[in-house]
Amino acid sequence: MPTMLEVADLGHTYPGKDGAHNAVDGLSFTVDAGELVCVVGPSGCGKSTLLRAIAGLITPTRGTVSLRGTRVDGVPSELAVVFQDYSRSLFPWLTVQRNVEFPLRGLPRSQRAARAREALASVGLDQAGRKHPGQLSGGMQQRVAIARALAYRPSLLLMDEPFASVDAQTRFELEDLLLRVRREQDTTVLLVTHDIDESVYLGDRVLVLTKSPASVVADLPVDLGDARDQIKTRASETFVDLRAKVAELLRGASHIEDAKLI
Amino acid sequence: MRTPRVPASLTGLACLFAVWEAASRSDLVPAHYLRPPSVVFPTLVRLLGDPVFLRAVVATVAATLLALGIAVLIAVPAGLVLGSFPPVRRATMTIVEFLRPIPSVALIPLALLTFGTGPDTKVTLAVYGALWPILFNTMYALDEIDPLHVETARAFGTGRLAVLTRVALPSAAPFVLTGVRLSFAISLAVVISTELFAGGAIGLGQFILAASSGGAHMDEVLAGTVLAGLIGFAANSGLEWLHRAVFAWNVSADGLR
Repeated sequence: MPTMLEVADLGHTYPGKDGAHNAVDGLSFTVDAGELVCVVGPSGCGKSTLLRAIAGLITPTRGTVSLRGTRVDGVPSELAVVFQDYSRSLFPWLTVQRNVEFPLRGLPRSQRAARAREALASVGLDQAGRKHPGQLSGGMQQRVAIARALAYRPSLLLMDEPFASVDAQTRFELEDLLLRVRREQDTTVLLVTHDIDESVYLGDRVLVLTKSPASVVADLPVDLGDARDQIKTRASETFVDLRAKVAELLRGASHIEDAKLI
Repeated sequence: MRTPRVPASLTGLACLFAVWEAASRSDLVPAHYLRPPSVVFPTLVRLLGDPVFLRAVVATVAATLLALGIAVLIAVPAGLVLGSFPPVRRATMTIVEFLRPIPSVALIPLALLTFGTGPDTKVTLAVYGALWPILFNTMYALDEIDPLHVETARAFGTGRLAVLTRVALPSAAPFVLTGVRLSFAISLAVVISTELFAGGAIGLGQFILAASSGGAHMDEVLAGTVLAGLIGFAANSGLEWLHRAVFAWNVSADGLR
């Protein structure tokens, strides 16, 4: 598989009054086309900084991000983002249909509408197009955000803790929804989460980050196959082993940091 | 939640008129000057059949709306610029804060000498008065824009200018309309005040001024005054209705935000 995303020696330092904050340092990894890679790390470790640097929303102070071999400079046109906070990332003044059409401005109107309907159908919201986001439940709103990202047909879909703000049941549904649509549309996904179980359940690979400044401590392949099941997969030996491994790595990552502090 | 609002507000008005009637009939105030509504309203109805009076009302309302329209055309783009570019805002805020407290009425002599007694004067002054609520509401609405909305739009490749028109403007629009609602009353008040001062200019203010001389036609003075209030009330209700109709997403359960 060709490489979709390459992050090389990425570092970002936020200037601040109380001294600069080094959020990310020496971060390197690649994501192949069609892969779903989960990035897991302790909260506040710089995961969001990483994601914003890939999305071109911030210019990293060090290192490079390349999409299909082309260095990212500004916001890449073939990339979509799903943020954790769906209620603030959907536009409340637009209907659901118009929200999904929002990124498709370059297309003729009829094509835009058709693509949005198709994307809404794929997340099971074909009836909700005329509603406003405020009239939908949190889980449904996040589906709209996912539909919007899918309608854009991005080469790379970035997801920043996409299921962290919904209840457990909805979360399982949305996780399975993601697995289904990314297979249907052959989308490359980079998903950032602080949830170990989620990273193992969803990922083809799990990247474990250290505490801030974030760098990769482990790159674990997930040998759970393509078909995953919320109950069976989570009970399987491979899953349990992997989640223990990730947890240990994360604990180790924080221990190293603690040791440094002393 | 929507239906009880109109009757409730009308009940309030009815109470006000009842108190007025009672005050007028008591000996607390000279009844000769504060004519009761039972006299004023029939006078108002009679005046509404009078073409001269109607022409004055139309002149006042037209000037008010024209001024409001011009104020929107100036204040919304200015508010967008001041709200989106902090350096421009810092550079101009002292000018704005200096100009804003100056009452439009204080500019009447200057405006009269500059523009004469025609409609230019009252429209210019009303524009001046109506600018500020729209400008400030637009500007502060931009401060309130959710950064995640902007980030989302940008992540989908939306350029800076497009973010302004596709994200900033719609998210500020309800606040802008609230500014317009506040500005209508200001515009109307400034137009009538200028007509009162300028004398010659045709309008409701000029009618009130003419009717008040000698104090013999206080019912007509009050009829004109009440009409000004009714016009403001109707405009406010209309704009509130528009807000609910257009910005349904921005209307919370307990009313307008």
